[in-house]
Amino acid sequence: MASVLLLWLAVCLSGTWAVDKGNFKTCDQSAFCKRQRALKPGESPYRALLETMELTNTRLTLQLINDNNKVRLLLELYRLQGNITRVKINELKPLKPRYEVPDVLIREPPTEPLSLLSQDENGVVLSLGAESQRVIVSARPFRLDIMEGRDVLMSLNSRGLLAFEHLRMRSFEPLRSKEEEEKVEDGMWEESFKSHADSKPSGPSAVSLDFSLPGVEHVYGIPEHADTLRLKTTDNGDPYRLYNLDVFQYELYNPMALYGAVPVMLAHNAQRTTGIFWLNAAETWVDISSNTAGKTVFGKMLDYVQGSSETPQTDVRWISESGIIDVFIMLGPTPKDIFSQYASLTGTQSFPPLSALAYHQCRWNYNDQKDVQEVDAGFDEHDIPYDFIWLDIEHTDGKRYFTWDPHKFASPKEMLQGLVEKKRKMVAIVDPHIKVDSNYKIHNEIRSKGFYIKNKDGGDYEGWCWPGSAGYPDFTRADMRAWWASMFAYDQYEGSMENLYTWNDMNEPSVFNGPEVTMHKDAMHGAWEHRDVHNLYGFYVQMATAEGLIQRSGGVERPFVLTRAFFAGSQRYGAVWTGDNAAEWDHLKISIPMCLSLGLVGISFCGADVGGFFKSPSTELLVRWYQTGAYQPFFRAHAHLDTPRREPWLFGPENTALIREAVRQRYTLLPYWYQQFYQAHQTGEPIMRPLWVEYPQDPATFAIDDEFLIGRDLLVHPVTEEGARGVTAYLPGKDELWFDVHTFQKHNGAQNLYIPVTMSSIPVFQRGGSIIPRKLRVRRSSTCMEHDPYTLYVALNPQRTAEGELYIDDGHTFNYEKKEFILRKLSFTKNILSSVNMAPDAQFSTRSWIERIIILGASKPSKVTLKTAGGQESQVEFEFDASMSVLTLRKPGMNAGVDWSVTLQ
Amino acid sequence: MSYQYLLLLLLSLGVSAVEVQRPRGVPLSKRQFYEEGKPFTCLDGSRTIPFDRVNDDYCDCEDGSDEPGTAACPNGSFHCTNAGFRPAFIPSSRINDGICDCCDTTDEYNSGAACQNTCRELGSKEREIMKEMAEIAKEGFLLKQQLIQEAKSGLEEKKAKLAEVQVSKKDLEDKLEALRTVKETAEQPEKEAKERHLKAWEGKLKFESLSTFTIIISNADIPAPVETPQEETREPVPENDSEQYPEEDIPEEEEDDDEEDEDEDPDDGDYKVSPVRISIRFMKDDHEFLFNLDLHFVCRNLEKEISFDFGPGAEFAYLYGQCYELSTSEYIYRLCPFNRVSQKPKYGGSETNLGSWGKWTGPEDNVYSLMKYEHGTGCWQGPNRSTTVKLTCGKETVVLSTSEPSRCEYLMEFTTPAVCQEPQSLYPDAHDHTEL
Repeated sequence: MASVLLLWLAVCLSGTWAVDKGNFKTCDQSAFCKRQRALKPGESPYRALLETMELTNTRLTLQLINDNNKVRLLLELYRLQGNITRVKINELKPLKPRYEVPDVLIREPPTEPLSLLSQDENGVVLSLGAESQRVIVSARPFRLDIMEGRDVLMSLNSRGLLAFEHLRMRSFEPLRSKEEEEKVEDGMWEESFKSHADSKPSGPSAVSLDFSLPGVEHVYGIPEHADTLRLKTTDNGDPYRLYNLDVFQYELYNPMALYGAVPVMLAHNAQRTTGIFWLNAAETWVDISSNTAGKTVFGKMLDYVQGSSETPQTDVRWISESGIIDVFIMLGPTPKDIFSQYASLTGTQSFPPLSALAYHQCRWNYNDQKDVQEVDAGFDEHDIPYDFIWLDIEHTDGKRYFTWDPHKFASPKEMLQGLVEKKRKMVAIVDPHIKVDSNYKIHNEIRSKGFYIKNKDGGDYEGWCWPGSAGYPDFTRADMRAWWASMFAYDQYEGSMENLYTWNDMNEPSVFNGPEVTMHKDAMHGAWEHRDVHNLYGFYVQMATAEGLIQRSGGVERPFVLTRAFFAGSQRYGAVWTGDNAAEWDHLKISIPMCLSLGLVGISFCGADVGGFFKSPSTELLVRWYQTGAYQPFFRAHAHLDTPRREPWLFGPENTALIREAVRQRYTLLPYWYQQFYQAHQTGEPIMRPLWVEYPQDPATFAIDDEFLIGRDLLVHPVTEEGARGVTAYLPGKDELWFDVHTFQKHNGAQNLYIPVTMSSIPVFQRGGSIIPRKLRVRRSSTCMEHDPYTLYVALNPQRTAEGELYIDDGHTFNYEKKEFILRKLSFTKNILSSVNMAPDAQFSTRSWIERIIILGASKPSKVTLKTAGGQESQVEFEFDASMSVLTLRKPGMNAGVDWSVTLQ
Repeated sequence: MSYQYLLLLLLSLGVSAVEVQRPRGVPLSKRQFYEEGKPFTCLDGSRTIPFDRVNDDYCDCEDGSDEPGTAACPNGSFHCTNAGFRPAFIPSSRINDGICDCCDTTDEYNSGAACQNTCRELGSKEREIMKEMAEIAKEGFLLKQQLIQEAKSGLEEKKAKLAEVQVSKKDLEDKLEALRTVKETAEQPEKEAKERHLKAWEGKLKFESLSTFTIIISNADIPAPVETPQEETREPVPENDSEQYPEEDIPEEEEDDDEEDEDEDPDDGDYKVSPVRISIRFMKDDHEFLFNLDLHFVCRNLEKEISFDFGPGAEFAYLYGQCYELSTSEYIYRLCPFNRVSQKPKYGGSETNLGSWGKWTGPEDNVYSLMKYEHGTGCWQGPNRSTTVKLTCGKETVVLSTSEPSRCEYLMEFTTPAVCQEPQSLYPDAHDHTEL
């Protein structure tokens, strides 16, 4: 007995900080996943009825029949512009419509003509446009193979795992039917988890499909999981799960679902990158297996030597609880093609206000106005810049969002004005759960307009969250979203001002007393069950909020909204963070693959709570986290209510200095960050990107996730080990040079470089061949630096050339869309550095000028001449550091927005 | 750059006719290093540059000394004269950032910020506050002298008492020893018979002895504080038992009740109860060790109070044994200096211990400005509650405010004359005011 007690105690104590896995379903506990996963690869019961084929200019349709139950499906195949193939499968005649995800695609994707190449009784061959790409539709069993030349790029249903649970009437008679396959299993018409029942009025409705990727050993994406960048095989455990959940104290390195879901996977080998976008918002599980996964390096070598190796192949299988199969197959071939293909479907990263890229100071909670004022003053006193201070839920009047605690925040406008005077801003939280309280205007309006999600019996759905009993507005409704957006108007949101922005938390949605801490799947969004739309909820909350912030300024100002839950397309509405992490070294490490994975699927504006949300970081961990966060896109410190204060100056002058330096490095690089966001907004390319994206042919990069690139030109290997004396960074590219940004030391590419580190070290390298603009006059907020001059860092490659860009606009409005910006191409070639207008049709003027040019890897000139647009020439003074080959041009002084050239002689 | 001089000069004319020419942002004390027309050597000696590169908006010196008046150097500082108020240095990064930092507006000479010169206003406001503070300090300091006097005599009294008790303790111990010898001789024949009853006795005796011990404390003529400091009552309790404070009072009360039931117990009101008499009674019960413990306790109690760090002149001694309350909208906070801090909900609910006296934690040059109370009631998934008390000079002894900057870490502002400094020392840089 005593030992049992001890054991129990041990479990309780050790479990204090880990996730309670029992609160969340395994595949086995999720009836449809269990059912679908029980299907093993084999002969598919589906057959294509070629006689039903219809080919128009834009699409091919074809019926499929399940020979076991004779249910027919309709296959639609589209060739989309930009090397994308769309495959849609729905029931030919469903009992009632099945959910198709709206609002995620930015438009109906434009198609390209498909043409028939050949046809016989076994199948058809279609041409996918010009690039010798074909799709082969095999009839019996049904499968699709996408080929280029003689290579199969991807096969669908090659393992026979296409499964489409058709909608059916519930039969209560003990069924002795002819169609034995349709026997009623547990969990088809109802299931329960812990104390929660799911009534499943529509019965089984799952869909599933397998994809084979010949030649592929590396797959990425499908965030959000606290796992490595390279996805693992799932044969010996659960599939990766996509189901937006508020996971308390999440565990690392496993496939459990987290706050957001982007059903996009990238597959990569040295020849090609492809992508799969599975457009389905229901609970989804993704299985990955590989024929090389089990093999050791030695085994692979043996295969190679003996020539007996089968081609490596990765097989993927997607399973969703409801909806239809709607999959976009992005055929690359390069990683950047994939980004542009995916961006053409779901849009690009929103272009945030410049200040949102600066440092954010958050805590649950800054207690009152005095507290805010003191923290603000603390930053000035310690000369640490910051742009945003954040208020968590305690700022409200009893967790009623859009209100302020009447005692602690009695005069919010006064407080906000205080920040305005420092050119700083604030974010206040607005969560989607609405306190059920007849004295609360927001609740009353939502209720009277019938905007709440309904429970299965037709009443307003109520769940338990921060305010106690709460309703959940139906953000899937456009009219609800329009109303919500209108609540951000200055005259509606009392106490709000232009420098108040918004944070949407708990939008999975989190329901404390719901199944798996979220909403019951049989709750109703109009005609649709919550089951169908679950993963979209957070996406819509952020969409409506961002729209509100745009509208309140009459469409002038760019919004800034942070969200915890997200879906494909969420990149269009703002930033995401990795949720409630912990002050542990492993959580610092995982922030890198988590944000890299998000970047690969379009969501570039990503960050993790600096310092860790739960628990209290050691000083060393806190400093290392600042150093890492300073080089990640969204840079915000945050802390749990129960943790001791950790403003940067509370850990002694030495650590204050280390943190100050990290934050200052961020501020000096803001011009580069801003330019990266502008690019991401144009192209959809990730800002924080894995090395393999830039070096797709170098297999050494394929699994690296302890270092990353910012854009193309900066490589960061943060120190994420406790007590580290050094880090080993892989510098990619055999023709590349990499310059240490702090010492200007030059290193060759394609090597593992050991870098000794001290507490002040942040290993960062600039790629030879690049030009990076910085502002070295760090001030107390980014807005204060608006008119400051630039220093250009020109890092020469072995060919002694370099190029870069400089983007400037007003930093906060949509006027850039009206061509009010400056975009310069900076290039160094043949000893001439020049600035050329890349956007001649754009117009903007800046007061900023070029105060310094630092050329890395240069030789000593005898004379440096500046030529400006008018043809005027002047000599520029310079200094040359022969030991490091660094040439510094002193105060050339030209305006940053004009044409100029500097000649080294 | 001479036009900057001119500008400075022009600006200054309105303010003061005796402005001394020097580059923008240079304090008067460093004027000699910036000689117009002569090469400038960075103040760290690192290099020498032509004078026209001083304040030319490009950073040449690593120490930032060539750009005292621009934002070009990341580590520079700018001097505002602030005529009428107090001169100040601001980081160079605040020059021309659109935010008015210097009350004389000199930091925003090229940003378009519409700054108003507020130095006179600030100066007179400051002087007013200074005057007020000086008055408070003056009175407070007088009070502090009184406190020191009182503490001094109090301390002497206590020391005398301690000596007295120590003597009587010694005396008693001697007597005890003698009596024990007598007793042992006398009781030897009875011993066997007695042992038969011993077990029954012991239970009762423990009770008795405890109650007696309480009486001795209250009768021993120790200047008992209103509230018995926690340490005293806690003494018999294991040290690690930190959360039990409220409950600790209970046994004592129960004992008081029990006392009245005991016929042979001394009368509560009898202040002249002789420890000797009690000791004799104990002797009869063969429990002399308990008696010794009691006297030890009296001694230690006195010793403890004497040994408390009540400040250089024991000026904080008057707080010992007192409690001060502050009522907020939700809670009543109670500070009992050198003992504990607690919080009680205004509308029902039990009291929470926010920490017991720990130590003085002010900075080295002002150790007595902060008190730390530690090891209060534990927080869920958090630390034990603790409170920092910030002491400021005031005529009265009052809790001004409380807050909880971090969960379970409280901050209390407390005024007392005991921290008041001699008034003159409030104007250390009075002469600086008249730089112009």
